[in-house]
Amino acid sequence: MLEDYFRQYGLIAVFIAVAVALPTSLLLLSWALSLARIRPHKPNPVKSSPYECGMEIIGSRWVRFNFRYYTFALLFVVFDVETVFLYPWAVYFKQLGLFALIEMLVFVLILMVAWAYAWRNKALEWR
Amino acid sequence: MGPVTQANSFYRNLYGWFDSWLPDSLDWLAYLLAALVVVFAVANLVLVITILFTWVERRLLGRFQARLGPNRWGPWGVLQPIADAIKLLSKEDIRPEGVDRWVFNIAPVLLFVPAVLVFAVIPLGKNTYVANLNIGILFIIAVSAVSTLAIFMAGWASGNRYSLFGAARGVAQLISYEVPMVLSVVGVILLAGSLSLVDLVEAQDIPFLLLQPLGFIIFFLASSAEMNRTPFDLVEAESEIVAGYLTEYSGMKFGLFQLAEFAAPFGASAIMATLFLKGWEGPVLPSHLWFFLKVCLLWFLFLWLRATLPRLRVDQIMGFAWKLLFPLGVLNIFVTAAEVLAWPDPSTAQLWTMAGINWGVAIGSLVVASRLAGNKLTSRPPLAPMHGKGGRPLGERG
Repeated sequence: MLEDYFRQYGLIAVFIAVAVALPTSLLLLSWALSLARIRPHKPNPVKSSPYECGMEIIGSRWVRFNFRYYTFALLFVVFDVETVFLYPWAVYFKQLGLFALIEMLVFVLILMVAWAYAWRNKALEWR
Repeated sequence: MGPVTQANSFYRNLYGWFDSWLPDSLDWLAYLLAALVVVFAVANLVLVITILFTWVERRLLGRFQARLGPNRWGPWGVLQPIADAIKLLSKEDIRPEGVDRWVFNIAPVLLFVPAVLVFAVIPLGKNTYVANLNIGILFIIAVSAVSTLAIFMAGWASGNRYSLFGAARGVAQLISYEVPMVLSVVGVILLAGSLSLVDLVEAQDIPFLLLQPLGFIIFFLASSAEMNRTPFDLVEAESEIVAGYLTEYSGMKFGLFQLAEFAAPFGASAIMATLFLKGWEGPVLPSHLWFFLKVCLLWFLFLWLRATLPRLRVDQIMGFAWKLLFPLGVLNIFVTAAEVLAWPDPSTAQLWTMAGINWGVAIGSLVVASRLAGNKLTSRPPLAPMHGKGGRPLGERG
């Protein structure tokens, strides 16, 4: 049984290797074409400046972004961790019965209170 | 070989063949060679079908928009993808100054990997899969979450404001839709009691689409948003932020991003066909053909959605995920759990009753939720009067 288990993951490991090798080989092929002078390589200052609709860049390239993103990241962490508990619960639900249903209902209700609180405090609005 | 590997006819035969002429001490080599052949075949099959479908998608989009679409190369333009590949390979690879070189180069590869890797656990036909993990669906969710990272790497490394904006929007949207997507799968797991995709297909006495209509709708919309396709394509909204995280990419790296983006609907259709449409099972026709037909049907639905709807605003997209799809996903879980508790081993009549209840709940909750929320879901302050300072309404300070 254990050998079987490792065999499955060995196949996944081979798949990851092939999935990385395919796009890498395409990039290498493209690079090889530039060595053979089929693909042009003629950089100049205008071409290699960051694209900004043809304008010259004003100020720094790095900009601050909206604080909103952090609240969504926090909400995501809370509710994605909830799903971590939901998956094993769902697999063994038939064995566990009514107790598991009530238990999970209480857990999710607590989280839904947090969700309602977030909505009331306009954390779900985007302005 | 254990029982799980034994069931995989696809791989078992190859292993047997390699094992027959290799000496006994080289068992591991037979394993590795068989694995390589199977994996290489599946990965390239996925790519070839994806490339063909780029042509189908462009032709059909042309039809939807009352134009012809690519029709020059080969009969009906079938060879267009090959022409595209040659063009992308021979284009100059512009690397603007100020990019973070390594991250900039790794990002397209990293976006491509999860798009292909989900096929490692999806059964493509009866006894035809690369691996049958006992955590199959969890593996798919974990792997496809990597694309969020790739998008942010691409946007951050480009050193361009538009790229950074696109990446930040992309991450916010992807993580918001991750939650309802993951919740919608729980209903299916409750009914089947397993995470392995092969078990999920075999557990479907009637297609789970009938038993889980709400889960299907949530999964469909959320995965459509996860792929950044048109109703949800804020990440690369051309009219606002040029091309988002793609702005500074050119040549083959741009091609890899496009390839990954076209492979994503294939992956999502394959997952949905497995979870909700009974996967490979079907009468008369061979199992692989059934699976392919179901995937094509779902793929067409994605395309239809893309061709029909205009792009949504940021606040509409975030509100839709958090205020509508998320509570509906939670409701779906507990309705399903209560039914599973009532009928742990349902007969056919009970299954159809279950389906009736679930369709009632789905339609009822969708109607009630959209009535309740309505315009309030995405309410916005009225547009600023023209004389307001900096285009903001007077007296309004957020």
